[in-house]
Amino acid sequence: MTQPPFFDVQIAQQLHSRRGGTAFRLELAFESQQARTVLCGPSGAGKSLTLQAIAGLNRPDRGRIRCRGQVLFDSVRGIDLPAAQRGFGYLFQDYALFPQLDVRQNIAFGLSKGWLNPSRRARDPRVEHWLQLFELDRVAGQRPEQLSGGQRQRTALARALVGEPQALLLDEPFSALDPALRGRLREELDALLQRLQIPMLMITHDPEDLAFFGGLALQLHAGRLVGSEAQP
Amino acid sequence: MDAAWIALALSLKVAGWATAVNLVLGTAAGYGLARWRRFPGRELLDALLTLPMVLPPTVLGYYLLVLLGRRGPIGHWLDTNLGIQLVFTWQGAVIAAALVSFPLVMKSARAGFEGVDAQLEQAGRVLGLGPWALFFRVSLPLARRSLMAGLLLAFARALGEFGATLMLAGSIPGQTQTLSIAIYEAVQAGQDESANFLVALSSIVCVAVLLAAGRLMPARNTP
Repeated sequence: MTQPPFFDVQIAQQLHSRRGGTAFRLELAFESQQARTVLCGPSGAGKSLTLQAIAGLNRPDRGRIRCRGQVLFDSVRGIDLPAAQRGFGYLFQDYALFPQLDVRQNIAFGLSKGWLNPSRRARDPRVEHWLQLFELDRVAGQRPEQLSGGQRQRTALARALVGEPQALLLDEPFSALDPALRGRLREELDALLQRLQIPMLMITHDPEDLAFFGGLALQLHAGRLVGSEAQP
Repeated sequence: MDAAWIALALSLKVAGWATAVNLVLGTAAGYGLARWRRFPGRELLDALLTLPMVLPPTVLGYYLLVLLGRRGPIGHWLDTNLGIQLVFTWQGAVIAAALVSFPLVMKSARAGFEGVDAQLEQAGRVLGLGPWALFFRVSLPLARRSLMAGLLLAFARALGEFGATLMLAGSIPGQTQTLSIAIYEAVQAGQDESANFLVALSSIVCVAVLLAAGRLMPARNTP
């Protein structure tokens, strides 16, 4: 018996312009049997919309989204699991670190779901583990604005991974970095993904990401899939 | 001068309660207006809720009197069912002061919530937060500065409330005679010394509140 695919996505969505006309139409379907999926295309191709639909941050008009066989969204059956319950780790393009919290609090953020943010003094072994692994222990008490670009990305990655998500969704993970740092962090992420054995779906406009990460490469243009290629 | 301190204490009590009411209602209204983008009547609702700021306070006081008076629809219901009377009570003064200062809190809360980076709220959702936790852990802390400034301005405005309060709550010394009403009474009665003291006291309190508001006002990007 074959395993269910990591991602099984079939969605359609129309965005309307202010005057009521159709400004953009997204319509795509793909199935990924590989642990790595890279969705590549120019800006305005619908990459972000797709990633947000998978994460539960955007609701498509119709279609279905499954991850490892679990139905996350199905317009016919009226299923739309809230983002909070989908169990993905999400790396935002600008990292979306909480500016009022320090690095440690940012990483611990998703571990408690109550009405209060984690305390500055709290020490959770899971958080400390990631702080050490990413060499963030020296800056653990600092606010995001005081960090370097690489430290910011690692903080955001640690925050996404500390809750042991079922898959990692990455939104242009390297676009906010200068080219020198980009190459190094690509290799870091690659090694991390291999070690954790966690499936990932990345969107990028950079063909280098596509070549580097391998897996299933999907080309998106103007809301349609225009090419797909599976690499070992 | 004891009467002056009693009037000041009453003013602070009324303004404090009015601000507390607006902390809840003004914040909720501001949040609703900031997030409810698909609601077509949003700007109309905003304008209606801003009316108390531009209507003459005596007009507001008259509306309140008509609604909350013993024969008014709300006042009659409160009186017969709960035994509550609001006219000529300090609670009535709180309602008048809260209504007049409500738009200040709502406006700054709306601006504060609209200034929150949508991606940060998305991050909170992806990290597993429900809507209430998201509000208290992400939206509210990030809108805090703007909201605090609005609350302080509202407090200052409530402290100076005169027209609507006089219409609804009257001028009963020790019960509804706030500082600004006491000044009016003192001047009317020709008690210059008393009036001078009350005016000085009132000015000092207002300057103190505005200084506090000024410290919170500068819109920094990162709170």
